[in-house]
Amino acid sequence: MITLSHYLILSAILFTIGVAGVLMRRNIIIILLSIELMLTAVNINFVAFSHYMENPVGQVFVFFVMTVAAAEATLGLAIVVALFRNLETVNVDEINQMKG
Amino acid sequence: MGLYDIMFYYLASVAVITALLAVSRANPVYAVVFLIPCFFHVAGIFVLLGAEFLAVIQILVPAGALMILYLFVVFLLNLSEIKGRRITNRQTLLAGIVAVLLIILLIVLSMQSLFPGPFQEMVKSVGIDNTAAVGGSLYTDFLFPFELASLVLLVVMFGAMVLAKREEKE
Repeated sequence: MITLSHYLILSAILFTIGVAGVLMRRNIIIILLSIELMLTAVNINFVAFSHYMENPVGQVFVFFVMTVAAAEATLGLAIVVALFRNLETVNVDEINQMKG
Repeated sequence: MGLYDIMFYYLASVAVITALLAVSRANPVYAVVFLIPCFFHVAGIFVLLGAEFLAVIQILVPAGALMILYLFVVFLLNLSEIKGRRITNRQTLLAGIVAVLLIILLIVLSMQSLFPGPFQEMVKSVGIDNTAAVGGSLYTDFLFPFELASLVLLVVMFGAMVLAKREEKE
């Protein structure tokens, strides 16, 4: 029997993998990918609650989260392209121009 | 153990394994390629939850369009020459501790019965036609946020063009 808790735990595992990727990795493209993974984990939570509460509003919110995820990825990649053009690096620990 | 349970464990385990592989690869091309099956299996999870419309969108937008966009940027940057030896940064130990504590906290919270009673039982899906249910809610109660989402996409389109535009040299 698959309960709501199973979906919540799956979502928690995927979210934590995303958090670990954001905190540990140097490559800014992988950091953006990890943010995508975190948003996907949140979407699983939304859909699971929508299913078990029999309310479609959760799925509408997933729609908006996907819109924002697409926007975030587009702007993030544009920033990566601009950054690489100026600094010739994609490692976040080498981007410290504004450090005091 | 029914077919539903087997499908859930298959989809969940493949999603978690490919996600782990994606964030641990040194080469960003492999990372992007491993995230595509992860998103496909999350779409399968959506189907199990009765959200067919979102499953299709999950394949079209995150697994299709966004991963292609990431691949294009990875190829555009030509990262092969600047490949560093280390793939993790200096705060890895602290970040690992934080991640382990977070997963323990989230799993303990998820295991507690938030809504005791028949709510945790398997209930029937939202309506017969999932797409109609989502569309009905989207175009009535959430019409203003829906229009706002189009504005967000318009701003992002111009923002990406301005950010990535090559400046002319005098």
